[in-house]
Amino acid sequence: MTQSLDYLKETASQTAGPYVHIGLAPGAAGFDIYRQELGWDIAGPNARGERIRVEGIVIDGTGSPVKDVLLEAWQANADGIYAHPEGGGEVEEGFRGWGRVITDFATGEWAFDTVKPGRTRGRNVGTQAPHINLWIVARGINIGLNTRLYFEDEAEANAADPVLNLIEWERRRATLIAKRTERDGQTVYRFDIRLQGEEETVFFDI
Amino acid sequence: MTKPGEYYQRDRMWHPPAYDKDYKTSVTRSPQYSLISLQNSISEITGPTFGHNDVDPLDNDLIKNYAQPGQSPIGERIIVHGRVLDENGRPVPNTLVEVWQANAGGRYRHKKDTYLAPIDPNFGGCGRTITDENGYYFFRTVKPGAYPWRNWVNDWRPAHIHLSIFGHAFAQRLITQMYFEGDPLIATCPIVNTIRDKAAIGQLIAALDKNATIPLDSIAYKFDIVLRGRRSTMFENRLEGN
Repeated sequence: MTQSLDYLKETASQTAGPYVHIGLAPGAAGFDIYRQELGWDIAGPNARGERIRVEGIVIDGTGSPVKDVLLEAWQANADGIYAHPEGGGEVEEGFRGWGRVITDFATGEWAFDTVKPGRTRGRNVGTQAPHINLWIVARGINIGLNTRLYFEDEAEANAADPVLNLIEWERRRATLIAKRTERDGQTVYRFDIRLQGEEETVFFDI
Repeated sequence: MTKPGEYYQRDRMWHPPAYDKDYKTSVTRSPQYSLISLQNSISEITGPTFGHNDVDPLDNDLIKNYAQPGQSPIGERIIVHGRVLDENGRPVPNTLVEVWQANAGGRYRHKKDTYLAPIDPNFGGCGRTITDENGYYFFRTVKPGAYPWRNWVNDWRPAHIHLSIFGHAFAQRLITQMYFEGDPLIATCPIVNTIRDKAAIGQLIAALDKNATIPLDSIAYKFDIVLRGRRSTMFENRLEGN
C-alpha cells in the first residue's frame, strides 16, 4: 500500500449531441428565450486592427459536410492581448475575443466576423504567429476537438511558430493555414476542417 | 521571473475515445491521426470571462424561464445543484454553466427533433448561471424523460441533462452529460459506454440529495463538476514547481 493522492478526477466528457443549439444557441433551435445569446460578437465595436470574416465547413470521413457542429473561437486582439487577467494587458472596451457559431443546417457552412489577431507571447521565448483557437463539438464527437487557425499571409511568422513547428509532418501544417480571399471589399479567410482522411486537420491535446 | 502555471494533462484514458463503433455517429467524425500534444501557452491558459451582466436571474429556473405567466411545465420538479471544482479540489468561482435537456416526455424543443412525444408549451429546456464565490451553482427544472434514438434500432437514452462549463482557461472547456441515480437505462447506453472507466461513468451520475430537497415542492439531485487543475506558478530557478 502507498498513500493515495487526493486529487480529484476531471469530469469525463460526453458528446454535445444533436441538440446542442438548445443550450448554447437557442435561436437556432427555433425559439427565443434569453435577453441576449452569448458569443455572437467576438471583437466588439472598438477593436483595432483589420476586420475579417472567417468561414468554412466541417467535413466528415465520407466527404460530407457536418451540419450540426458548434464551433467556439478564442483569440487575442490585434496587439496580441487576450481578454483575460493573464492575457498580457488591457484590451479595447467590448473586445471579448470569444465567440461561438453554428453551421447552417442545410449546407454545413459556418462564418464569423472578427478582427485579425496579433502575434502572442510564446511559451518560453519569442512569439506565436497570429492564430485563432477553435473548439469543435457535435453529435458523434465524444470530446471537443481543439485546433488552431493560422493565416496564409503570415508566412514568415508561421514559419517560426513554435506550435506549427511541433507538427513533425510538414504537409500536415498546411491544414491549419486559412486561405485569404476578398469578397465585396471584405477580407475573408477560408478554413475547412476535415475530421478524417488524407488531409485530416491537425487537432491538439491542449 | 515567473511562468504561468500550466494545467494538468488531460487523462485521455479517462475521457471517451474519439472513435467508438457502438456509437455509430462517431465512426466518421473521429480523427484518425493522434492528437498533437501541446504544453500550455498563453492561448490555452486564458479563456473567456463572464459576469452577471451576461445572464438574468431567471435564466437558471427552467420551470419559469419559458412558462406562460401562472403556468408551469409538466413533470417531476427537481433541483440540480453542486459545485464546480478543479482537480485540486478548489472551487471554480464566477464561471458560466449552461444546461439543456428534453422535457418530461423526452422531447426536445428543437426544429430537428421529430420524436412523437409532445412539446411542452411551458418548457424551453435550457438554462444558464454563473457559479458563486464557492463554485456553487443550482438550477430548478423538471426531470427529463428517456427517449429513443437511432443508433441500434432499439436504443434509449437514459434521462440526462447536458452541461457546458468554461472554467477560467480554454484548456478547461468541457461539455458533458449528467445522469440520475437509479436509472436502469444508464448501463446499456452506447453514449455513456463510450467511457471505458466505470468510476468515470459513476462521476456522471447525480445522487438523490434529500438534504437539499424542498419539502412538499422539489426533489434535489447533487452534481459536482470537476475541471482540470493547475500547477502552482513555476519559478525559473525551481523547475520542479512549488
